[in-house]
Amino acid sequence: MNILQIIIFTIVKILIVVTIILLAVTYLVYFERKISAWAQNRIGPNRVGWHGALQSFADVLKLLLKEDIVPDAANKPIHTLAPIIALFVSFTTYAVIPFGPNINVFGFSVPLVVADVNIGILYVLALTSLGVYAITLAGWSSGSKYSLLGGIRSSAQMISYEISMGFSIGGVLLLSQSLRPVEIVQAQSGWMWNAILQPVGFITFLVSAFAETNRLPFDLPEAEPELVGGYHTEYSSMKFAGFFLAEYANMFIASALIVTLYLGGWQFPYLDHFGLSNGWFAVISVITFAIKVAALLFFFIWVRWSIPRFRYDQLMNLGWKVMFPLSLLNIIWVAVLIMVFKL
Amino acid sequence: MNIYDIVFYLFAAITVLSAFFVVTTRNIVYSAYYLLFTFFGVAGIYVLLGADFIAMVQLIVYVGGILILILFGVMLTNKITSVEIKTGSVQVVPAAVGVALLAGILMASMVDTKWRSVETAMPSATTQGIGMLLIQQYAIVFELLGILLLIALIGAASMARK
Amino acid sequence: MNIPIEYYLILSGFMFLVGVAGVLTRRNAIIVFMSIELMLNSANLSLVTFSSYMGNSTGQLFVFFVMTVAAAEAAVGLAIILAMFRNKLTLNIDDINILKW
Repeated sequence: MNILQIIIFTIVKILIVVTIILLAVTYLVYFERKISAWAQNRIGPNRVGWHGALQSFADVLKLLLKEDIVPDAANKPIHTLAPIIALFVSFTTYAVIPFGPNINVFGFSVPLVVADVNIGILYVLALTSLGVYAITLAGWSSGSKYSLLGGIRSSAQMISYEISMGFSIGGVLLLSQSLRPVEIVQAQSGWMWNAILQPVGFITFLVSAFAETNRLPFDLPEAEPELVGGYHTEYSSMKFAGFFLAEYANMFIASALIVTLYLGGWQFPYLDHFGLSNGWFAVISVITFAIKVAALLFFFIWVRWSIPRFRYDQLMNLGWKVMFPLSLLNIIWVAVLIMVFKL
Repeated sequence: MNIYDIVFYLFAAITVLSAFFVVTTRNIVYSAYYLLFTFFGVAGIYVLLGADFIAMVQLIVYVGGILILILFGVMLTNKITSVEIKTGSVQVVPAAVGVALLAGILMASMVDTKWRSVETAMPSATTQGIGMLLIQQYAIVFELLGILLLIALIGAASMARK
Repeated sequence: MNIPIEYYLILSGFMFLVGVAGVLTRRNAIIVFMSIELMLNSANLSLVTFSSYMGNSTGQLFVFFVMTVAAAEAAVGLAIILAMFRNKLTLNIDDINILKW
């Protein structure tokens, strides 16, 4: 493959991935509302389209047509920039997450990942830490005390949980001996899923992912009863939609990341023993990946509508006194596994 | 002019301009914000130099850690109590003379020296090499840095509570 | 890698000079702090340049060490700045002269 072909394939992959994420995010909003309605014994959106299936598009249209209000006290350039950072971070993170095995297109073997970087996991961590900026700057630049409190809370929360997240990933890296997401997936062939080998690490990562995406029970940055809307109190129109979209895109990416790191990625256990052709193998793998991600997304939404919000000090205690030591213990557990079973 | 040159000049321009604005802007939040771009530019240069691991660590540590702490410092010291957020500069002339002298010495020595360089291509993944050095040759430094971080953590926490 | 090594060094030298100028001219403790980070970054850039042009990763390892120290410095430094701000309600380092006799 020469450089031009690589560029063309990459652009095509980027377009496909971005389209899929955008569609997934709009339908995620719809399913969130439907599942919340199911949890609360309501009907949910049912007017626009079949069973309300076009509701999200109507919402986007409504937000686009609304007036963009920037408060007088706001710092205008940063106020505009914050949602852009949020969107940028959520969409670029997906570049390194593989969603399928190599496939043959026009005689080329194309990996189903936008960028097969050999330090992919570090890239994800770096971009996750960038996500804090969007919220911090949004909170600060709005010039409102609710926004500022939301911003400060969220930075503290995200920094705290990033630590246990990083240490949980440490266990995965010990087993796969690579920072490349594709190799991490391949190291989990059969039932050697990291979620099974290191359940503690899986749980700490899952909880940290909830905190990183600001989802309930950890949505302190935008706790409505205390802070009006948290960091996006002063946002309206498309800028608000930017944050909204970024939150759901983050949820999607967190699920994809959990699947890649802990649930075997696109691998269907023992699929390579069935003797399938390359094409069918790829199709089943991609579908497996989609199903795993969908199951996790359902879990995210399910938890949101079942569990009450934490208090701020409880959140910090949980992060520093429970999740952090547990993730350290997990690393020791994985090291013992490797020593005893020579994995 | 190939693609490497273009990328180099792009990142160098980002780094230099934003570093300049960090020091000259009167608004502290803008300074912190320009510093973000400086760190990004430097990370880009690291990638160009084949140091992918260090580039990512640069983003994680500087952008994700240190700069967030600085922003916290700015926000906690400026917005809550109404202290002036804009700050001026002093002693511009003596500083300029000193910096110019230093610049002369630095640039002269850099351009004059015949730098040795080896034509071996860097390994495509530097992570393994760094990791090996870290736990074999420099294991004691690694441990000491761990202790240093622990001390810093305790010190910062004890100073911040009161 | 056909860019001369001097270009990288001059870039790093410029960053260092900007940092020095910041420390000398600004009086806000946090900006002084940021200038110090600039200088540390320029030193890191030189180390990575040399490491890359010598085909040896020890230089990169030292950048790693510098970053660790910088992180420790940031934590302690900002704690000190916040503590001083609580006591004196100023960030001007000319006003913070209590250790002078």
